[in-house]
Amino acid sequence: MASKQQDVKELVERKYKHGFVTDIESETLPPGIDESVIHHISRMKGEPQFMLDWRLKAFRLWQDMQEPEWAKLEIEPIDYQAISYYSAPKRDKNAPKSLDEVDPKLLETYDKLGIPLHERARLAGVAVDAVFDSVSVTTTFKEKLAAAGVIFCSFSEAVQNHPELVERYLGTVVPQRDNFFAALNSAVFTDGSFVYVPKGVRCPMELSTYFRINAANTGQFERTLIIADEGSHVSYLEGCTAPQRDENQLHAAVVELIAERDAEIKYSTVQNWYPGDEDGRGGIYNFVTKRGDCRGDHSKISWTQVEAGSAITWKYPSCILRGAESVGEFYSVAVTNNRQQADTGTKMIHIGRDTRSTIISKGISAGRAQNAYRGLVRMLPTADNARNYTQCDSLLMGNQCGAHTFPYMEIKNPSAVVEHEATTSKIADDQLFYCRQRGLSEEDAVNMIVNGFCRDVFRELPMEFAVEAQNLMNVSLEGAVG
Amino acid sequence: MLLNIENLHASVGGTEIIKGLNLQINPGEVHAIMGPNGSGKSTLAQALAGKPGYEITAGAVSYKGENLLELEADERARAGIFLGFQYPVEIPGVSNVYLLKAALNARRKESGQDEIDSVEFMRLVREKAKLMQLDQAFLSRGVNEGFSGGEKKRNEIFQMAVLEPDLAILDETDSGLDIDALKVVANGVNAQRDGQRSFLLITHYQRLLDYIQPDFVHVLAGGRIVKSGNRDLALELEANGYDAVLAAAAG
Ligand SMILES: Nc1ncnc2c1ncn2[C@@H]1O[C@H](COP(=O)(O)OP(=O)(O)OP(=O)(O)O)[C@@H](O)[C@H]1O
Ligand SMILES: [Mg+2]
Repeated sequence: MASKQQDVKELVERKYKHGFVTDIESETLPPGIDESVIHHISRMKGEPQFMLDWRLKAFRLWQDMQEPEWAKLEIEPIDYQAISYYSAPKRDKNAPKSLDEVDPKLLETYDKLGIPLHERARLAGVAVDAVFDSVSVTTTFKEKLAAAGVIFCSFSEAVQNHPELVERYLGTVVPQRDNFFAALNSAVFTDGSFVYVPKGVRCPMELSTYFRINAANTGQFERTLIIADEGSHVSYLEGCTAPQRDENQLHAAVVELIAERDAEIKYSTVQNWYPGDEDGRGGIYNFVTKRGDCRGDHSKISWTQVEAGSAITWKYPSCILRGAESVGEFYSVAVTNNRQQADTGTKMIHIGRDTRSTIISKGISAGRAQNAYRGLVRMLPTADNARNYTQCDSLLMGNQCGAHTFPYMEIKNPSAVVEHEATTSKIADDQLFYCRQRGLSEEDAVNMIVNGFCRDVFRELPMEFAVEAQNLMNVSLEGAVG
Repeated sequence: MLLNIENLHASVGGTEIIKGLNLQINPGEVHAIMGPNGSGKSTLAQALAGKPGYEITAGAVSYKGENLLELEADERARAGIFLGFQYPVEIPGVSNVYLLKAALNARRKESGQDEIDSVEFMRLVREKAKLMQLDQAFLSRGVNEGFSGGEKKRNEIFQMAVLEPDLAILDETDSGLDIDALKVVANGVNAQRDGQRSFLLITHYQRLLDYIQPDFVHVLAGGRIVKSGNRDLALELEANGYDAVLAAAAG
């Protein structure tokens, strides 16, 4: 029986391999997924055997899995056979050649966001070589990191140059079988970022994907792995406030963080993928699995996210607090307008003694959007004296939107303490009038109040990002009041 | 004339509160309005500031010769009308200086000036905070967030001092102040008197008028100004109460 299955599979693969020879010219695989596609991806990337095996295992698991349905999201069915899973990391032929060819409306938005001039071209999807006159910046940057012994490169490069690190850590935080989207990502991911900070090293600068030349085109299945070895420290910035050009509707990224003893990782995200139009047409489906493992004692992982884009956001950056006295933090602002839907939150899994976690979630809904916070705090029997504090605030603008809070608590240790506070509010007319009486326009008044609401999260962001995040709120909520 | 209110009728939630009110304020004058609880003092203040939901059903208000009633609340503010609130609201997470800087720049923009330089702004703000005996730490706290009642009132005058309006309407800014704070607030107001700037003080206590000498005192009752006079009227009210004064006015 087993051998017969094997035969069939080989047959299918052979047939596909055949078809694939011509497809190599076009550099893009035809839509559809089967094992031959996995083989192809792995071969195109010149991966070692362990990676191929790992991908195949993921694919086999995925085939038996179902899409999760518990989230408070209305999603059109996704046809996974209609997606092309490999496109050579080459320039898009339709990409604009210079900023002059970019939609002026987009440029106007960059202006409002205060995006530096030299970044705009890259964000607008202008062909990469045209953009990187800032290569010198990148070079000094790389030299500085190398001197500190920090490895920061694309995932593909890591597989080539540091296979032992990849093999040792990949999938140890988010295993292939973790969930439907993580399994799919594990099977077909094309690229992403890799960071390794050696023992005792404090990374000399914020790491941001912007500085990684080949960050563009990492594709819809991005994979990031960050390892902070004992006593090290790193702050990583993902994404940017500018609406990013992307034709892929489905995004399923996986991020794994590992903090060894006394290590600290700070991971900040600003997500502003295309949210679709006012009636909800188009827009990115963003299904992300992000998890950090505080493996060693006294380690710390801190997630800060500003989620403003995407038609659908499904995302729960989590911490596994394994080491004694380890600390997990989650600071989140999720803003939804028009027809956007977000189901986001976190999981704090307390395993070690004296572990602590803090959750601050701020949800803003406007238009006809739906915004759900979903958070799990689990205190295992071993988690003596563990502490959690959760604060979950929702702000509603108008009366056609919705805010929902789903806190789950599982306390298996009597010495653990869990605190939860939740509020739902509207922007009060009195607050608006107060600001307007001081001379602010209605729009400015709303922006000011919303930014005040988000302050506890924004102040966790690196400085230069915080200002952009504020502007992003203003742009995202444009037309929400009035 | 800076402000001219003629036969003003204003309703809130469908109920008429201001019922034919007349008042003229010239540049540099200080007017005090006194009157029983619920007589419509705050309603008048909010209606003049343009609070949404305050419906003007009849009458006219001109400010600097223009029709005030055509302007939105923020336009009135930028035209130089400041309202010191009876109950200042809290705006969590928005720092006091942040709001103030935005407010000042909104006014400057209106008059064609550039945005204020950050260093100059901080110098201005520190100077005014000192005048109001407000601690520096106060400046970066959320607007009115966790402020005591008296601190909120001092903060209103502090904002007024920074924004330098042409007409300041101060709604019971003296209520809830201890005796020292009352002097501080009065000093803050007096420091702003320059012969051009006008004030409309709403108060229940003639004591405030010991510190801020008004040019006129008006009694507001039943949505109308029923009696006007000078400083002595406040003393008379203090001595005899509203009933006697109102009865005399009616009779
Ligand atoms: N939104 C509203 N709907 C209906 N009635 C209102 C509304 N707001 C105020 N009022 C009424 O209008 C009247 C005048 O209120 P206002 O606040 O102007 O009084 P005031 O003279 O300032 O009193 P105080 O001295 O107590 O501050 C009161 O009877 C009050 O209940
Ligand atoms: Mg009042």
